[in-house]
Amino acid sequence: MKVGVLALQGAFGLHEQVLNRIGVAAVQVRTPEELAEVDRLVIPGGESTAISKLLDVNGLGDPLADRLADGLPVLGTCAGMILLAAEVVDGYPGQHRFGAIDAAVRRNGYGRQSESFHAPIDIEGWESAFPGVFIRAPVVESVGRDVEVLAELDGVPVLCRQGSTVVSSFHPELAQDDRIHRWFVEQDWSTGHRWFVEQE
Amino acid sequence: MAAESMSGRETGTTLVKRGLAEMLKGGVIMDVVTPDQAKVAEDAGAVAVMALERVPADIRRDGGVARMSDPEMITGIQQAVTIPVMAKARIGHFVEAQILEALDVDYIDESEVLTPADEAHHIDKWAFTVPFVCGAVNLGEALRRISEGACMIRSKGEAGTGNIVEAVRHLRSIIGDIRKITQADSAELFDWAKQLRAPLPLVREVAETGWLPVPMFCAGGISTPADAGLVMQLGAEAVFVGSGIFKSSDPAPRAKAIVEAATNYRDPHILAKVSRGLGEPMPGLEIDGLETRLADRGW
Repeated sequence: MKVGVLALQGAFGLHEQVLNRIGVAAVQVRTPEELAEVDRLVIPGGESTAISKLLDVNGLGDPLADRLADGLPVLGTCAGMILLAAEVVDGYPGQHRFGAIDAAVRRNGYGRQSESFHAPIDIEGWESAFPGVFIRAPVVESVGRDVEVLAELDGVPVLCRQGSTVVSSFHPELAQDDRIHRWFVEQDWSTGHRWFVEQE
Repeated sequence: MAAESMSGRETGTTLVKRGLAEMLKGGVIMDVVTPDQAKVAEDAGAVAVMALERVPADIRRDGGVARMSDPEMITGIQQAVTIPVMAKARIGHFVEAQILEALDVDYIDESEVLTPADEAHHIDKWAFTVPFVCGAVNLGEALRRISEGACMIRSKGEAGTGNIVEAVRHLRSIIGDIRKITQADSAELFDWAKQLRAPLPLVREVAETGWLPVPMFCAGGISTPADAGLVMQLGAEAVFVGSGIFKSSDPAPRAKAIVEAATNYRDPHILAKVSRGLGEPMPGLEIDGLETRLADRGW
């Protein structure tokens, strides 16, 4: 299995490091040819405005929309979540919204850098909390009925899934904890798993 | 200072400070002096803007003491864009830094481009919630700044010259020494720490990981997409462009082209494409003819 990391801008290098650490060959995706070859995709944190423009520059907008429509399993963290959401509240004009997850998110909803924080996140079915790192993070304001909320912080969804799309407002690539990446890579998305089960 | 509030939330920690630097990688941070320029930068795909009163080329031309910007202009730029806003404080001027923190800027650049306020001490950056970036011309300077709490390093180059030669010199010096240290044995690391005037634990960390403990970006002299490609291929993880954009003949397309170059820095075909028809770059300066070498500021 080939896991791609969208490498236009942002923390793609850290995602690669985590994937390599769990024994998965990760490849950087900058072109439509590279996108065509991956079985799973990670869209990293970064600046969603910049990543959105670079998707157009590199001719990746339509190919990515097509692959997402075909059910490409995708993990979007922070800026990645913004790009995958159906609605961006106060969004930047013309920014990509792939609508792979039926959620409304607000950019920088947790505030500026002074409000960036980390906090333990309780994920259903997991024995120990996951270290959630939120950097100028987007807030999930609402989710549609087909979205499964896998974790909340103070009543606000922070980790969600719809079909084979997984999004987090925090940065699992900044935590020294591989469980979310491992779960995303090992899950058999073709069978439409509903339950979030901690992997051995 | 780290603080704890609801749900065990901790702010201002090294993790969240360095974390923002991680999010800026592969991007371009642009100097802007007005809200309109900030919009041009954001529209071009900048990952952050540096709000300041004069770009380095004008500071160099005008002379006199260069200080922190007027809070009003910083606030105006914060209102104009949604991307992170950075601002500069003078070396050692911790009260300017306190003011910038009160203004809620996203990163403070303790910068040699401004006139230093202290000729022996840099700011104790651990004392702040807001993260700091600092310049360095060599590995020792980079590690001293990190030991003071800097969460991002930028190689200094020579700001306001449009001349890439110093940026290349500083990047090569830092990365070359990192390569050598990874080959050193444990006894040699003591000598490296002495030679670099840097704390031994940080020298050991560099030896083990083969990189700085924080992201390293490049600044000072970048004015073309090719310049951005050059420093990225040399190992910089993102670029700061100061005078290079708004001192050129046609800022918006040049800003966009440098953004595209920072992403596609290994692809000469894309670099060729984005370098076409950008108009005149900023006029450059020979380093030998400079009255003031900004990169010499820092201790």
